[in-house]
Amino acid sequence: METSIFQYSFIIKGLLGAIFASITAGLAGTYVVSKRMVFLSGGITHASFGGIGIGYFLGINPVFGAAVFGILSALGVEYLSVKQKIREDSAIGILWAFGMAIGIIFIYLTPGYTPNLMSYLFGSILTVSNADIIALGTMSVILILYFGIFYRTILYISFDEVFARTYSSYVDIFKYITTSLIALTIVLNIRMAGVVLVISLLTIPPNIAMLFTRVYFKIVVWSILSGFIGTATGYVISYYAGIPVGATIIFTLVIIWVAVKGTIQLIGVISKMNNSSHFRHSKL
Amino acid sequence: MAYLFEMKSLSASYGENIVLHDVNFTVNENDFIGVIGPNGGGKTTLLRVILGLLKPAKGNLVFNSELLDGNRIGYLPQISTGDINYPVTVRDIILSGLMIRKGVISRMSVIDKTKADNVIEELGLWGMSKSTLNELSGGQMQRVFLGRAIIGNPKLLLLDEPGNFVDTTFENDFYEKLKDLNSRMAILMVSHDVGTISSHIKSFACVNRSLHYHPSHEITNEDLQAYGCPIQVIAHGVIPHTVLKIHR
Repeated sequence: METSIFQYSFIIKGLLGAIFASITAGLAGTYVVSKRMVFLSGGITHASFGGIGIGYFLGINPVFGAAVFGILSALGVEYLSVKQKIREDSAIGILWAFGMAIGIIFIYLTPGYTPNLMSYLFGSILTVSNADIIALGTMSVILILYFGIFYRTILYISFDEVFARTYSSYVDIFKYITTSLIALTIVLNIRMAGVVLVISLLTIPPNIAMLFTRVYFKIVVWSILSGFIGTATGYVISYYAGIPVGATIIFTLVIIWVAVKGTIQLIGVISKMNNSSHFRHSKL
Repeated sequence: MAYLFEMKSLSASYGENIVLHDVNFTVNENDFIGVIGPNGGGKTTLLRVILGLLKPAKGNLVFNSELLDGNRIGYLPQISTGDINYPVTVRDIILSGLMIRKGVISRMSVIDKTKADNVIEELGLWGMSKSTLNELSGGQMQRVFLGRAIIGNPKLLLLDEPGNFVDTTFENDFYEKLKDLNSRMAILMVSHDVGTISSHIKSFACVNRSLHYHPSHEITNEDLQAYGCPIQVIAHGVIPHTVLKIHR
């Protein structure tokens, strides 16, 4: 009896986790991939590990520490690149390692055992709490509202910032808000996929989507769908095979990407062959 | 003739570095002015000041309130500003030219979309409204950005080095199109290619820290010398003393 209740809540948690992870990662990921911010996002992710370490050290929720670190590093890089005081990729590279260093130092300094440390690095659905699911759900609503209401403003600023500045004085504000929301999305998804793997949760689904469409809005929809299929499938496989969930999800997503790309190319080759044989026939 | 804007002893600078000094410049309805000058002489800065991207350090810029409420300016930047691999359609790019009159919470109405389709047809981009930029040629991209600049039917059109788009087959069509647009809007065109533009424009503005207005579309090397505006006109040239009108 107890096992079945446990299993039931485990499945619900997994399902909700998969839905919310794909919605948040799909919306944030499409922005990140379109705007070529993958490296920045990787930097934010790893910098947030500093917050996880400090969280452990102070005995507060490491996700909270990660959120603070994630947002501050995102805003820091945006600010530095706006002011052009330092090359953006260098700034990200420094932040990336610096955050990890802070995390490692503080975890080392934390007396006693640091519970669930591995889950922050590699992700684990077992340690995902109800509060984490609620946070991801709230984030999904916030992102849907934000991108829904300000769709064109966000799209146009990210496509051509210079031109956007000619008609809007809100360009920087929107950049800061969007980047902060992406940092938060990344941090909340760390619980699912881990610091090391979370960036792929954002980047693989839009790349699957872009095999079908080049329209921003449709990329979002396809990303969420393919993200959900990958996350849910990976979750089920990891449960039955007893292997880590984050890694399984990423593995599944990459397999989907390869399979779809392969199929599309195969169809292309076949239709080419058909066409050329038609052509030969018609010549005869 | 009604003026669109007037610059009075205007100076502009980036920090300590004064780029424009004591500029007096008036642009009227239906002007077609070629803005020329050496690299770093302040041509793009002049556009930035008109667009409100850079506040004048000294002096002022007065817009005619009836014709130009500070919003009715179309702008064609150099191609490099937008990412051509960005997943955004031609129609959506052209629609972004209407954002000027919309708030941050923007929905495009059926009327707006019809306007975009009209511009697409007018510029010969029919059938490409759902394409993305990386599927287009250089000349087609240029027309998309021109579409974005004119969809709001501005009173003033600013063009920054439109000749940079390498597509010679479209070049003549492009200048024909500008001539057509000039009947409903004033045009200010930045270019380093004096020879090419002289046959299309009505007058010159030579910018090299200061600005000298030359009220004719023919300009000689002596004029340019006198304006302190050295540019490579000779590159086109027969011999010094060339009047550019001769060779196109």
